[in-house]
Amino acid sequence: MLAAARAIVCRDLLVAMRRRSDVALALLFFVIVVSLFPLGVGADPALLHAIGPGVIWVAALLSSMLALGRLFEADHADGTLEQLALGVAPLGVVVVAKAAAHWLLSGLPLVLIAPLLALQYDLPPMLYGVLVLSLLLGTPVLSLVGAIGAALTLGLRGAGVLLALLVLPLFVPVLVLGAGAVEMAAAGLGAEAQLLLLAALLVAAAALAPWAIAAALRISLE
Amino acid sequence: MKWFWYASPQTFYPLAGRIALWCGIAAVVLTAVGLYIGLVVAPTDAQQGEVYRVIFIHVPAAWMSMFIYVVMAGWAAIGLAFNTRLSAMMAAALAPTGALFTFIALWTGSLWGRPTWGTYWVWDARLTSELILLFLYFGFIALRAAIDEPRRADKAAAVLAIVGVVNVPIIYYSVQWWNTLHQGASVSFTRAPTMAATMVAGMLVMALAFWLYSIAVSLVRVRCMIREST
Repeated sequence: MLAAARAIVCRDLLVAMRRRSDVALALLFFVIVVSLFPLGVGADPALLHAIGPGVIWVAALLSSMLALGRLFEADHADGTLEQLALGVAPLGVVVVAKAAAHWLLSGLPLVLIAPLLALQYDLPPMLYGVLVLSLLLGTPVLSLVGAIGAALTLGLRGAGVLLALLVLPLFVPVLVLGAGAVEMAAAGLGAEAQLLLLAALLVAAAALAPWAIAAALRISLE
Repeated sequence: MKWFWYASPQTFYPLAGRIALWCGIAAVVLTAVGLYIGLVVAPTDAQQGEVYRVIFIHVPAAWMSMFIYVVMAGWAAIGLAFNTRLSAMMAAALAPTGALFTFIALWTGSLWGRPTWGTYWVWDARLTSELILLFLYFGFIALRAAIDEPRRADKAAAVLAIVGVVNVPIIYYSVQWWNTLHQGASVSFTRAPTMAATMVAGMLVMALAFWLYSIAVSLVRVRCMIREST
């Protein structure tokens, strides 16, 4: 079971490495969205301090959602997904492996580049740790919950917009807690409560989402 | 008990017609009674004046908006578990009514908020979570509409409804946290501690009327779906 999961993660990473531009696109989207906000609202440092964490988190949400379309689409188109569903490895394990690979390709780059964007917003350096930690805990939840939406909309016309309508409301708790953690730290209060709740969301999503993803995939593959 | 006798669309169709008719008549009568109590009998509020009367629509609509989502998810779960087409139809038929009540709750709430709070909209925890509930209803309806094959539409929408109902409390508490930690509440929902008995009576009658209305229209909608599918 673990061997199957490892094989799927390695395969997805390998496929992505063969087409690096796809991986770069979501990251570039993230950077561009964050860079647009100062142009829209003005470059007042006090304002940027206030909105910085929220903007970075909203951009992370959008960028992660944009990358979700690719999660099952290519495998569905060439029939790999059906073979995986028919295989001996439980579908729940398969989807966790796919979500993990998706996070490594779309979530982890965001986490790593976030301090650079925080620099653009002139956030104090002591916040970088909290920002990175909140993204590190929050973006896997986005991948797991988003995978439910990606599995439900698999192969539908207009799947992209529909996916946004389905998953963005479900992302609200992650956004609230993630941006809240950074803002609490900025206010000089501890961010532990928000980070612990984010960790709780991650544990709950890791435990429950695979069932929903597998059920949704089975329905879409029927 | 023949629980599954009415699980077949053919046997349910005439029953749904009879229930819908009686519930519809009762809903009209109770709405008339409730509005009479609310608009004529109930006394003017000491603090808010006449504007408080919007609660006779607002509060029952807000109750229904949340309750219908849970009922919808319940029907969706039954449909997934027993593979009964009728359950999925019930879930699908409830969604537009739920979305309608969510919208009415938001709309009447903002009409009440303008004279009372001085603003149509605040990012209060309840308002925000009600808005997200509206998005969840729209997602459910949109997903069903996007899938052409009826069985897949039923099941996919059912999974979404169940995922949504698990998320609703998380969303509610996270939003409440977000708001209470951010800023002191500029407005409060706490009203005068005692409400006149007639006000409570009017609200309960209206809530009952909304219940019966929801049952009537969703059963009529189910009948349309049964007609379409056969």
